[in-house]
Amino acid sequence: MKTLQQALVITRKDLRAEMRTKETLNAAVSFSISVLLLFSFALDPTPEQTAEIGGGILWMIFLFAGTLVFNRSFARELPNDCLDALISSPASSAAIFLGKCFAGFLLMLIVEILSIPVFTLFFGGKIFDQLPPLAVTLITATWAVTIMGTTFSALTVNLRLRELMLPVLVYPMLLPAMLGAFKILTALVAGQPFEEDAQWLRVLIGFDVIFTSLALALADSILVN
Amino acid sequence: MTTTVRQYSIVAMLLVSSYMLVDGLYKMFHFADEVSQGVIYRIMFFHIPAAISSMMGFYVGAGLAVMYLWKRDLKYDAISAVVNEVCLAFALITLFTGMIWARIAWGVWWAVGDPRLTSYLICILIYAGYLMLRRSVQDPQQRASISAVLAIFAALDIFIVWKSIEWWRGNHPGPVLSVRTGSDNLMPKEWSSVVYWNVLAIGLLIVSFILIRLWQEKMQSEIDSLRRFAHEQ
Repeated sequence: MKTLQQALVITRKDLRAEMRTKETLNAAVSFSISVLLLFSFALDPTPEQTAEIGGGILWMIFLFAGTLVFNRSFARELPNDCLDALISSPASSAAIFLGKCFAGFLLMLIVEILSIPVFTLFFGGKIFDQLPPLAVTLITATWAVTIMGTTFSALTVNLRLRELMLPVLVYPMLLPAMLGAFKILTALVAGQPFEEDAQWLRVLIGFDVIFTSLALALADSILVN
Repeated sequence: MTTTVRQYSIVAMLLVSSYMLVDGLYKMFHFADEVSQGVIYRIMFFHIPAAISSMMGFYVGAGLAVMYLWKRDLKYDAISAVVNEVCLAFALITLFTGMIWARIAWGVWWAVGDPRLTSYLICILIYAGYLMLRRSVQDPQQRASISAVLAIFAALDIFIVWKSIEWWRGNHPGPVLSVRTGSDNLMPKEWSSVVYWNVLAIGLLIVSFILIRLWQEKMQSEIDSLRRFAHEQ
């Protein structure tokens, strides 16, 4: 319980800092909207084509935007040695890690919620027809991206090449979660019944549970390296 | 182990494994062609052993990473890194022999969405990232804990990749050896014995490469410390 409270303090701190500058959010949102615009010109899809490729396009954009969000997640703490201060604070490593995860998760969700209407505007699709499965998919898959993004953001924060290393490490690792996310979102964009792909939710949830517990167990090694 | 004993044992292992590989090659060419695949099925005698030993190697590497996080001894980190590096080479062999086979048997170099192909490619990408990451960290302790965490994540991830893509029902041939099918071998006894023989041979080859790499690393660190010493004079 105490860990959770400490984590929420970190989350509030991160979100407050983000809301004052809005640097990550502005970058990620304008990036996703401009890529959506580029895709709409590059592909100019018919409704049938949108049904086939829509889910994939959306998740690719969310992944790229996620990299922008998670690159900043720990790098933000570097000036003035804030990271050292955070680590030496009474909060446990797991609490700091979880707090960072929550903040990144919320920022990514905001980017997603703002991009999906723009996607519908440009491409059409029936993504809003089945809202509960859409919400569940976004939450589980975004948490998968969050846990990997935050872990590797923390691991690479002190490296010279951190902006380059993050996508190289995170994208291959995310493949199982993304397979599920692609499948379900494609079905939702096409307006097909979601039940057929519901088994992929199990993959997503399993991925979330396994890697969240692994990351929390290794939190000390992840943060203090 | 003194340097000479180590060198002799590496040479001995290399000799034994090359004898075994040549012997496997000799036996393999005396088998009849497979009914549906023709000559190309013989690539399996190298493809399967390389796959088995490299995959096992990655899990050994992850085990050593766990040992490092537990004991905080840089020795485990060095061995884990070398094991992963050598196994990456054998994973590449697996991928390329598999692609050559696929070109003949399926008519394509690559089957999109096939479980084993994709999981091997992911494996190779992750461990290539692992090696890049190691190169970009200077501090040994930091490098060790970053790579240990990555190796553990990778080992788990590859398992999930495999299981999750299997749901997509790929067209890679299913398990043929009795250890996987749980009943009889789906291939003649002589064939499977050559496969196992090559697993041993390639396993031995991997171990000797690992020893050579460890030896190189040791030399490298000695050279580095000598260089530092020379600079201080």
